[in-house]
Amino acid sequence: MDLLEHQGKALFAAAGLPVLPADVAVTPEDAARLAAVVGLPAAVKAQARTGGRGKAGGIRICRSAGEVEAAAAEILAMTIRGKPVVSVLVEQAVEVHREMYLAIVSSRALRGPLLVFAREGGVDIEELAKRDPGAIVRSPIDPLLGLCDYQVRDVVAAAALDPEGPGAADARKALGAVVRALWRFYHDRDATLVEVNPLVLTQDGEVVCLDSKVTVDDNALFRQPDVTPDEPADEREAKARRAGLAFVPLAGDIGVIGNGAGLVMSTIDQIATMGGRAADFCDIGGGARSEVARAALEAMFAGPPVAAVLVNIFGGITRCEDVAKGLVEAIKAAGVDAPVVVRLDGNAAEEGHAVLADAALPNVTLALDPDEAVKLVVDIARERV
Amino acid sequence: MSILIDNATRVLVQGITGREGAFHTGRMLASGTNVVAGVTPGHGGKEVEGVPVFDSVHEAVATIAADVAVLFVPAPRARDALFEAADAGIRLIVCITEGIPVRDMAEVMAHLPRRGARLIGPNCPGLITPARCSAGIMPSEIFAPGAAGVVSRSGTLTYEVVHELTQAGIGQSTAVGMGGDAVHGIGFIECLQLFEADRETEGVALIGEIGGDDEERAAVYIRDNMTKPVVAYVAGHSAPPGRRMGHAGAIVEGSSGTAASKQAALEAAGIPVAASPSELARLLGEAVKRRRTT
Repeated sequence: MDLLEHQGKALFAAAGLPVLPADVAVTPEDAARLAAVVGLPAAVKAQARTGGRGKAGGIRICRSAGEVEAAAAEILAMTIRGKPVVSVLVEQAVEVHREMYLAIVSSRALRGPLLVFAREGGVDIEELAKRDPGAIVRSPIDPLLGLCDYQVRDVVAAAALDPEGPGAADARKALGAVVRALWRFYHDRDATLVEVNPLVLTQDGEVVCLDSKVTVDDNALFRQPDVTPDEPADEREAKARRAGLAFVPLAGDIGVIGNGAGLVMSTIDQIATMGGRAADFCDIGGGARSEVARAALEAMFAGPPVAAVLVNIFGGITRCEDVAKGLVEAIKAAGVDAPVVVRLDGNAAEEGHAVLADAALPNVTLALDPDEAVKLVVDIARERV
Repeated sequence: MSILIDNATRVLVQGITGREGAFHTGRMLASGTNVVAGVTPGHGGKEVEGVPVFDSVHEAVATIAADVAVLFVPAPRARDALFEAADAGIRLIVCITEGIPVRDMAEVMAHLPRRGARLIGPNCPGLITPARCSAGIMPSEIFAPGAAGVVSRSGTLTYEVVHELTQAGIGQSTAVGMGGDAVHGIGFIECLQLFEADRETEGVALIGEIGGDDEERAAVYIRDNMTKPVVAYVAGHSAPPGRRMGHAGAIVEGSSGTAASKQAALEAAGIPVAASPSELARLLGEAVKRRRTT
């Protein structure tokens, strides 16, 4: 899960990473009050799960409480790259001497973390690497050894802090401490991404994390008790998640339920190939039983109406009979009247077909193979539009 | 012949006393697999489905030799169980467990080579050499012995394709489900290498999905190294960017890891890419037939 800037910074502060005095507001009045607490001038920063906030006008430097209130009012009303601004961070402003870039990211190719540093912040790293290779550090961190001292020295060397400047030795020491603390943070917080862009050297010679971008591994939330995922905005997704199902809302009008991530993705692709559009990705998983099939159908119908539903099950361990029972129950209980195309194959498929035949639900059609099922549901959806 | 497992394989089940562990131990035994021992700390001396249970992998291996471990250990304890298996000298570890933290898997992947152990998974259905050995949870009923190799990132799509193959009279040498996580053990390239060297295998079906670049790297490997026919399928063409599609590793990040880029890489390497799972089974059947007649 992606943390908002202020959530990441709160964890940064607890981990000893240098951040500026700041607090979060959800109304312009609160923002104005906070300005007095954190000090002026202050930066008012949009909190939204996306990049490009500065370019979109979501970050303003304000010199008075009045300016803070006006800026907060504007920013709170914004949507940046399709993401609504949920709150503003009011943060003490500093005089920036230099901007740098520091990140640790989980690399699939390396099967482990990668440390990335750039002497200049807010620039295209690839472009900088071409122009000035010495200004970049890309260094794989061994998951068992952890960050090594030489890697910290490499970053400090690449930063090329002016050796003649006042407090340069302190600044180098501070930068090294930030790199070490960031690695501890990445490790202890089960992050898959920690990015500080920019990491700044202030006019006063302090090193400060001016931004935070943190992604915490969803699989590790069981040991990160103070990181709680937000309730999904989509009602269907929220409902499915409570039932322990993998659900991704999509924009089409054909509801899709299947077992196994690959099979459901493939089903959605086939629907698109035939000219239809799926309304969701819903995976009821490997050993799915009847109550799971029922929960999936209920989650789907918590959203905008669908023109038709496709249930595509290949029973490996899953018994198609159990899935069929759950579907019949859910269709009856929820009074589903949208057409439902069902394809059952594999384990106990014949028993599943018998369950559906016995129920004799008028809106349920049985398809004998996956290709036929997709064609059928796309045709039905088209007729109903 | 086959790859990775055969009828000489001696399987040990870690987490054998749990619900999933016990259930699938029964299924592995029923499919003719030589399940020789189970391990659950604190449960030594018990039996599950007639299989003796030990407190540690070391003890099990010392008492009853085993070379393959299948893990049903819950995610919070999986890292330690993987270290234990590798340190006890298990050569092939199959991790069924879903939801293991990325940090844990990075540590495991850094350690296993030091012990010479190989990993399949995690978050995978395991592997099967039909009629000889099943190390995992694949439904052995739909498989038949034969000449088709299968390697896949998706469990149910594997079953779908194998079902079609079996119905069409094309048996399988070995099918490997490599799992749906971003950090995983054996991948396409290792399996392709083994299938190329396996006398029984006459062609390979590769089933990919969005996320990472395993398919792109496999395409280059096939072009440069494989003499046996390979056919492919990639799921997730209509997946929205930035969303995990069920599997932790199935995600389009920015513009990388898309199904279109994978399909293009495979096609550029001369590999036929099917438009549906059923077409993949057809393509493999045709490729094997062509190879036999030439």
